[in-house]
Amino acid sequence: MSAEHAEQQQTRSEVLAKGALAVGSIYGATMVGPYVRRALAASGGGDVGILNFALTLEYLEAKFYAEAKSRAKATGELKKLVDLLAEDEQQHVDALTATIKQLGGKPVMEPKFKFDYSGTAGFLKLAQTFEDTGVSAYNGAGPMIKSKDVLAAAGGIVQVEARHAAAIRLQNKEEPAPAAFDSPLKEKQVLKAVEPFIV
Amino acid sequence: MADSKQLRDPVSRRRFLAVGGGSTALAAFLAACGDGGGTTTTMTDSAGSGGAGETAQFGKGDVGILNYALTLEYLETAFYADVVKSGLFKGAELETIRRFGREEAEHVEALTAAVKQLGGKPAPEPKAEFPLKSAKAVLELAGTVENLGAAAYLGQAPNIKSPEVLASALAIHSVEGRHAAVLNTLLGESITPDGAFAKPADVKTVLKSVEPFLVG
Repeated sequence: MSAEHAEQQQTRSEVLAKGALAVGSIYGATMVGPYVRRALAASGGGDVGILNFALTLEYLEAKFYAEAKSRAKATGELKKLVDLLAEDEQQHVDALTATIKQLGGKPVMEPKFKFDYSGTAGFLKLAQTFEDTGVSAYNGAGPMIKSKDVLAAAGGIVQVEARHAAAIRLQNKEEPAPAAFDSPLKEKQVLKAVEPFIV
Repeated sequence: MADSKQLRDPVSRRRFLAVGGGSTALAAFLAACGDGGGTTTTMTDSAGSGGAGETAQFGKGDVGILNYALTLEYLETAFYADVVKSGLFKGAELETIRRFGREEAEHVEALTAAVKQLGGKPAPEPKAEFPLKSAKAVLELAGTVENLGAAAYLGQAPNIKSPEVLASALAIHSVEGRHAAVLNTLLGESITPDGAFAKPADVKTVLKSVEPFLVG
């Protein structure tokens, strides 16, 4: 590890220790749902913990779009978009799983999901929530990542999530980039969005 | 799968590479730049950025990275302002362009403040001129600029030392990604031209791409 990298890690953990980042509470126990708490407990925290948290979100998205291929009643351009998103999210699942193993960690198991929606409009509404939440979850976790390589990889994923979010928002006739800054989400907010779909 | 292949057509790599040439104040810096390194294919390979020293021309450490980003945001802001004035767009497209322009201006403000906060001197606004020949050509250029901007942030994120600066850069990075996806959609191109993992761009590549628009 370069001296500069060591310095970077130190600076980041210092800030986390001070609680300067709201997302530092991602490991706080109070509001963490049981599934995610188990996942994080098994992962041992650190980059592996963050990657397992991301993996859980990607599992959710991958499953959601895989199901949507038959459930969303999508046609034309939207059908192509659903196929693309399903493929991208599955690739994220595969890459995160491989990376966790590479770091000597244990990938969390895929939770069981249940998505309550009907029709194309119901699908699009949920998709927007998931994509926007995904962007903000990665943005929140980014500054906590210690390894430069993991950060670069997470950056490559979050940009794709942002692109998905914009495309889904266009389908919903909503502003694709509603603000100049995609704020990081606190753990509480991420879990609030995700937990209702884990059974 | 034919659909998937079509959706993944590379949008503007070629265009990035096609631009360039011309001589500007950046020429010396470009000449001094080393190669940026390879591209990322697996998660933990090195990013395609050339390392922390890449932005030294713009200042030391995080200040240099922020000033590099500021320079790009100035260009984006000026570009959208010129496009709005050009009268080439109406209705929903004009509103999108206006909104993106406002957001880039907010990025300029935030980056300027961040540079000052770190005790640095904000980079000056570059003088630029953009070809505004037709709506289609402008949209293509906008697509190139936004995809490049997103890739530029991605290339620098791992070099940022301060977690606060990184948090800000990430908050901007994903918005550039959103802009890029919208423009790609308007152009009928893939929203994710690099596939499931966006690729970073190094400083040299980025500056070479914007060089033709700099004047003086």
